[in-house]
Amino acid sequence: MKIVVIGLNHKTADIELREKLAFNGPRLEEGLLKIREIPGIRESVIISTCNRVEMYLNANDSGKAYESIKDFLAGFFDIQRESLDTALYVYDEMKAVKHIFRVASSLDSMVVGEPQILGQLKEAFEAALGKKTTGVLLNRLLKKSISVAKRVRTETRIAENAVSISFAAVELAKKIFTDLSGKSFMLLGAGEMAELAAKHIISNGVRDIVVANRTYERGRELAKEFNGRAVKFEDFLHEMVHSDILICSTGAQNYVLLKNQMQKVMKERKNKPVFIIDISVPRNIDPEINDLNNVYLYDVDDLQGVVDTNILERQKEAKKAEDIIEEEIETFRKWLSSLDSVPTVIALREKAESIKKEELERLINRLPDIGEKERKAIENLANSIINKLIHAPTIALKEDTEDKDMLIATIKRLYGLNGEDDVEK
Amino acid sequence: MEIILFELALTFYFTATIVSIMELFKGTKTTSKIMLSLSIIGFALHTSNIIARYVISGHIPIANLHEASSFFSWCIVMLFFFLEYRYRLGLLGSFIMPVVFVLMLSSSMLPRKIEPLSPVLQSYWLGIHTVLAFVGDAAFAMAFGVGIMYLIQEHYVKSKRLGGLFQRLPSLQMLDEVNYRLITIGFPLLTLAIITGALWAESAWGSYWRWDPKEVWSLITWFIYALVLHVRLTAGWRGKRAAILSIIGFCAVLFTFFGVNLLLKGLHSFK
Repeated sequence: MKIVVIGLNHKTADIELREKLAFNGPRLEEGLLKIREIPGIRESVIISTCNRVEMYLNANDSGKAYESIKDFLAGFFDIQRESLDTALYVYDEMKAVKHIFRVASSLDSMVVGEPQILGQLKEAFEAALGKKTTGVLLNRLLKKSISVAKRVRTETRIAENAVSISFAAVELAKKIFTDLSGKSFMLLGAGEMAELAAKHIISNGVRDIVVANRTYERGRELAKEFNGRAVKFEDFLHEMVHSDILICSTGAQNYVLLKNQMQKVMKERKNKPVFIIDISVPRNIDPEINDLNNVYLYDVDDLQGVVDTNILERQKEAKKAEDIIEEEIETFRKWLSSLDSVPTVIALREKAESIKKEELERLINRLPDIGEKERKAIENLANSIINKLIHAPTIALKEDTEDKDMLIATIKRLYGLNGEDDVEK
Repeated sequence: MEIILFELALTFYFTATIVSIMELFKGTKTTSKIMLSLSIIGFALHTSNIIARYVISGHIPIANLHEASSFFSWCIVMLFFFLEYRYRLGLLGSFIMPVVFVLMLSSSMLPRKIEPLSPVLQSYWLGIHTVLAFVGDAAFAMAFGVGIMYLIQEHYVKSKRLGGLFQRLPSLQMLDEVNYRLITIGFPLLTLAIITGALWAESAWGSYWRWDPKEVWSLITWFIYALVLHVRLTAGWRGKRAAILSIIGFCAVLFTFFGVNLLLKGLHSFK
């Protein structure tokens, strides 16, 4: 009975291999059922995302499990067995537990702190539950991983700050305007990066989207794509009066928006706040515009600065998360080791009970004349004797000690608890 | 009895203030819940104190500066709960509870004797005039706190350093809106307070307006907030400028409240 993780992720396998090994849709359930047939593997969960494919197993032996999983993957996905050699990693016991906790808490993700992984893990767990491929061990482990991930999320700020320029722009927009629905948005120029940022802003529900581009045709194409309208480039100043968010990337070599122009715009819009993101290099918007009241101008470097501090912040938070995980591994380890002693405790009690029963019967047979009251008293006496006798060894077994294996062995020998293997099943 | 209630309220407000300040440095959902619970207990005790004084004296307890600033704090806390319920502005408590605590502390250091009301003041106008004035002033106090929050958040966004409280403070638009709304609540109340004051003055002293320092300063305060609203509506002075003006306005409120009573003498002074 051993927890084993076998898998690959964005660090060990390139996208091509990951694509080949994706358990999509019904393939996942199929895979679970196939793994169940592998001898020596009692429980399994498969998680398959674009950045990782991992199998969480309860197996007798990690080495054997590794070999048979490799065979299974090669057959299931019809690929060369050797191509998995460098990609697959194996962890067992506490290392496996740690790995799963880290995956769930998004510490092993490509973008540390990204929130999707927890949902994906829950889905993977549910799929396994649906196919009944999990048991006591993995159920407990997966539930624990989910609660650890939640704890990491509430106790650290690991997922709080945006770590890409586009997300940083959205995050800022939300701190300037409460929410973006109902805000109007203008895209000035049509650089690729601007387009990406624009998509993020638009996906947050802005209404009224305007595209102004030097080549009107291209502007119209983009406007169509965004469900907005195109205007002539020369008219953008006029449009700005109604735009709350502006993303600019025109490829011009000089400023297309000057401070005095912006001053006029602000006057016309009665100082309603404007958020301007200048993604162009060289910059297209006079940086002094940021000095105007209610105008917030960010260029690429500013946004990158925000992202950099956010990444630093996340790394700091990741350290806190690792501490939480260490703590949780410890509690899980305690649970695991108590599991080992459970069969022994049960065997011990059963042994005591059977002796008691035997002896009581003999005694009652020899004393046919005693009444109900006396019989009860004798039974109580026997019960309290066996309870007191097995109390100390039971406590010792439940305790978490280094030499537990030895303790279990000793107790088995002292009390003659054979056939313990039967109890385990 | 009512003194113990007051002391207890003060103690709870004090602990709430400490927690609210701690929240600025390291806030979690738990700390803000603790802060809110402490404030609620403080408020309940405070309310009982005010009711007790009302029962003992037989009139609304704003007959001396101790009672007045206590009642003022009470109005602020009530409004704070309302805003907390309505808008859930993150960290609002950290900017309001210290104000409440300072007001309560000053109240606790002033003579607390329950005094009979001079016959001139015994009128239904007492309740109407003072409650209008205090609720209005409480709205201005909230606008002050929200204005400070705005300035801090605006500083983060403008300076492009988004550390510290940036994540936990509300958005600029939200703060600006709430600030504006509070002033639109406070201003008509202040206007009504001045009008009812004039009516009361006429019935008590025989003339509507006597250029008493309190009256003069109330008028100054009124003009400041009239200006805040005016420039906002006509010239679009929103955001930073509106926030600064609401802070200046509250300074005028405080001077009208304490300064006039402690530094200048007039008809409104308490014995």
